Amino acid sequence: MTEKNESSAAETLLRVEHLTMRFGGLLAIDDLSFDVGEGAITALIGPNGAGKTTVFNCITGFYKPSSGRLALRHGDGTVWNELAMLTDSGARSVTTGNGALFLLERMPDYLVAQRARVARTFQNIRLFPGMTVLENLLVAQHNRLMLASGYTLLGVLGFPSYAHAERSAIDKARDWLDRIGLAARADDPAGDLPYGAQRRLEIARAMCTDPVLLCLDEPAAGLNPRESAELNALLLAIRDEFRIAVLLIEHDMTVVMEISDHIVVLDYGVKIADGVPDAVRNDDKVIAAYLGVAEDQVGEAEAEVGL
Amino acid sequence: MDVFLQQLINGITLGSIYGLIAIGYTMVFGIIGMVNFAHGDVFMVSAFIALIAFLILTTWLGISSIVLALLIVLIVAMLFTSLVNWVIERVAYRPLRGSFRLAPLISAIGMSIFLSNFVQVTQGPRNKSIPPMISGEFVLFTHNNYPVTLSYKQLIIWGVTAVLLLAFWYLVAKTKLGRAQRACEQDQKMAALVGVNVDRTIATTFVIAAALAAVAGTMYLMYYGVVTFSDGFVPGVKAFTAAVLGGIGSLPGAVIGGLLIGLIETMWSAYFSIDYKDVAAFSILAITLIFLPQGLFGRPDVEKV
Amino acid sequence: MTALANSAGENPRPHQALAHGRVDAMAALRDAGITAAIAFGLFLPLIGFQTTVNGENALILITRWPLLLAVVAAVGIGRLGYSVLLEPRLRQRAMRPIATTPSALRTFVGQWFVPFGIAFVAAYPALVLATVGFSRSVKWIDNFGIQILIYVMLGWGLNIVVGLAGLLDLGYVAFYAVGAYSYALLAKTLDLSFWVLLPISGILASFWGILLGFPVLRLRGDYLAIVTLAFGEIIRLVIINFTALTNGYAGIGGIPRPSFFGIPFNADDNGFAAVFGLPFSPVYRVIFLYYVILALALLTAFVTVRLRRLPVGRAWEALREDEIACRSLGINTTNTKLTAFAMGAMFAGFAGSFFATRQGFISPESFTFLESATILSIVVLGGMGSQVGVAIAAIVMIGGTEIMRDLDFLKKIFGQTFDPTQYRMLIFGFAMVLIMVWRPRGLISTRAPSVVLKERKSISADLVKEGHG
Repeated sequence: MTEKNESSAAETLLRVEHLTMRFGGLLAIDDLSFDVGEGAITALIGPNGAGKTTVFNCITGFYKPSSGRLALRHGDGTVWNELAMLTDSGARSVTTGNGALFLLERMPDYLVAQRARVARTFQNIRLFPGMTVLENLLVAQHNRLMLASGYTLLGVLGFPSYAHAERSAIDKARDWLDRIGLAARADDPAGDLPYGAQRRLEIARAMCTDPVLLCLDEPAAGLNPRESAELNALLLAIRDEFRIAVLLIEHDMTVVMEISDHIVVLDYGVKIADGVPDAVRNDDKVIAAYLGVAEDQVGEAEAEVGL
Repeated sequence: MDVFLQQLINGITLGSIYGLIAIGYTMVFGIIGMVNFAHGDVFMVSAFIALIAFLILTTWLGISSIVLALLIVLIVAMLFTSLVNWVIERVAYRPLRGSFRLAPLISAIGMSIFLSNFVQVTQGPRNKSIPPMISGEFVLFTHNNYPVTLSYKQLIIWGVTAVLLLAFWYLVAKTKLGRAQRACEQDQKMAALVGVNVDRTIATTFVIAAALAAVAGTMYLMYYGVVTFSDGFVPGVKAFTAAVLGGIGSLPGAVIGGLLIGLIETMWSAYFSIDYKDVAAFSILAITLIFLPQGLFGRPDVEKV
Repeated sequence: MTALANSAGENPRPHQALAHGRVDAMAALRDAGITAAIAFGLFLPLIGFQTTVNGENALILITRWPLLLAVVAAVGIGRLGYSVLLEPRLRQRAMRPIATTPSALRTFVGQWFVPFGIAFVAAYPALVLATVGFSRSVKWIDNFGIQILIYVMLGWGLNIVVGLAGLLDLGYVAFYAVGAYSYALLAKTLDLSFWVLLPISGILASFWGILLGFPVLRLRGDYLAIVTLAFGEIIRLVIINFTALTNGYAGIGGIPRPSFFGIPFNADDNGFAAVFGLPFSPVYRVIFLYYVILALALLTAFVTVRLRRLPVGRAWEALREDEIACRSLGINTTNTKLTAFAMGAMFAGFAGSFFATRQGFISPESFTFLESATILSIVVLGGMGSQVGVAIAAIVMIGGTEIMRDLDFLKKIFGQTFDPTQYRMLIFGFAMVLIMVWRPRGLISTRAPSVVLKERKSISADLVKEGHG
């Protein structure tokens, strides 16, 4: 078992503590704690049914965890000092001069995206298939445009402030389309795109919400090797150019090992490993979980499959 | 207490009729996921078929045995109503299966409008009333000069409902047809792949639904002795409420839901205001759907992210 | 799509025959025979026999064998005609490749339909006056023009809720009723003018839209439809039973009629005709009302077009496409749904207050479930989300049923006792079924994008979701 990750509290963006999720009698996640570092790619891996997507749904507010704390920081690290007070106060968030702190488990899903600025994608792509690629990216900028349209009132009356805001929203969308190579298909319905393009569009759409944390649920699923390599480049660009933290669920180990800074391994809702890729790769518990054998039989099993 | 007991008896009778119609809603919703809006009107059509059959038997053929007449009326109504619903499924719903979800609903609303107007045009807009088929009652007890009675009609309705429910429950739960129905409920494509004739199974479901509605229609005619072309809508909505209350897709749920709606309606009329009895039924419908959408016996619908 | 699959499945005949559209005469005859036999069974009880009362007021039966025979024969011949004439042609059409670029005619019609249509409705009263003359024009402007425009407006209002936001509402008529009763009661008690009360009625209706929208936010699919149906019926039943306020079934009469900016439309010396030095005629009021409802309908269309290009409109459509994705993008779906309900209800409220002032009398009879069903079917038949489609559907459905009030020449064919108005709703219902089977996604099923970067392309209906509400 690796030690709790080495990043200090100041660099932590999201702190997951004692997260537990029960569905009726089923314990899907059991006392899970891990940190997501600022500007880093963190991968959440584990065998099928380990509870990875459930963790995502808790972080993004789609599920209300049975217990545990999910704290996210904006601004600099000093806001962590407010954590205890915020927890006791019962409020959802606190804003200081240096930033803000959010308790995600207390927020409904849309506020997690709107205020805490956590964006996500879905395992089975959820685009707006009957809307064009461009429209998909504009819907993602809804809250800013809503403000510019004076909550619709000024927009209906044709005030220029909205036209201006819409133009800059389109520019932003166009930037992302160039980046994901879909500029030529801006006016095609999203449902018409090939699978790999839909995956990229979903990531671009999430990025258009200006997130501080991007949660990607199996972004490489169903991609061919070339598309998979493009995805790696895109994710690294998001980390390095935009300095946005990425939390990733992925089964494709080439993606995981190549780009992650930090890996958390789940099995049956319990964390079994947590560390840098090299440490996780050689962890007996991880190998046992993936091969489906007890820990002390790893040697035999490895020999059997020729590892 | 005496009033309550009398209303209980009346409510169970009314509830049996609602329950029989509700089964049709619940079976069709279960198998093709559609609210068969025209089902209330199929019930009304069945009451007219029963009326005509009854008139043929009594005024033309002069059958004097009321039990025999009722039995024949019941069978004739079931047969013809089944044919009606079979054709409706074939014409109005089957071509729309698997397409846009709103289309069958609109088609069903159109069919509902068509059926009630068809009866109005062919049979006239006036109430059709017949002399009471069966009279007589058991006086259970008298309290403060208020007799609590159970009429023969009510007893017949209880008995027929119970027997037919058992028969159809057996059909759905224990036979090959029932298994095919449940397979289609889960996944029509897969069911077809493993050799279930999906078209025939769905058509049979409509036939069964119509047959039960025809029983309800015959009982309704016998109980109230009057029927008109617009009698489909309100009983239809109430039976749908019953199906929802019981948990749509569940057969026992539909029956229990029907009994509950019947009881609530009669109790409401007796103790509160008869003017607002339909408001009560619609309110229950809304409240159930809002707070207990899976009904009393339905499976909860979990949102998948 | 389904129809194609069905016909392919049921006709395992060789391809060559299909391509040439040859007809198997025996099979066609057999089909016709079977269909006629089924029709015989179907119509035997209700057409073969008629229940009627005799002199002693007892119910008796009379038979109608010739009528039954005629109907059965008509069905059989119809089926034969279908297999001989129509089916081969349909099959040939299905074999033809689908044109990828629209024909020049289609593009032309598409471009000019809206301006031409608006010009036509603007000139309609003048055209009517010119063709049928002064005295007969009231019927054409009122029964056709105004009546159709009310439904166009209602259809456009409901289109926001059903077509854009994808929330299935079967109780829309409730808001129409709220608008009508608000206007009637406020106008009679407060003596305010139509133009003051119009916005108030709209606001009251949208308030009810939000009030009834709240509890149904979590519901999806047919459940939402049924709860909205229940709400619509509850409002109607309350109107019937709350006689102290609404006068129940008897309705409210003597509702103030609209005036031309303070000048009443009557035969007095200060009436419209006298002031403008014209001979008195009811036509002026009708023409004025026509332009009022035309302006209201165009306002509805204009606002809807604007809204579609605003974030709220895009959020409605996104909600219809995928609610969960909306929430993941930070869209408050509760507010989004409520604004859709409120907007839709507001336009129904406008239409309702117009209806009250046009009729001068309202009663619960005008706000039955049938009205909701009619408006919803206009939206669905038109093609959800398409304003042009909704307008065409309203013209076809409402204009069609209005024309049927008027087919007196049929009496010459079917005899004097034949009353064509009886068949109005019968045909209306059957037409709903037929149009759905013919075009399940409505007349205009493609979606136009709300914003374009380079090239405007319409989006095929197969991709557009219908919402879960």
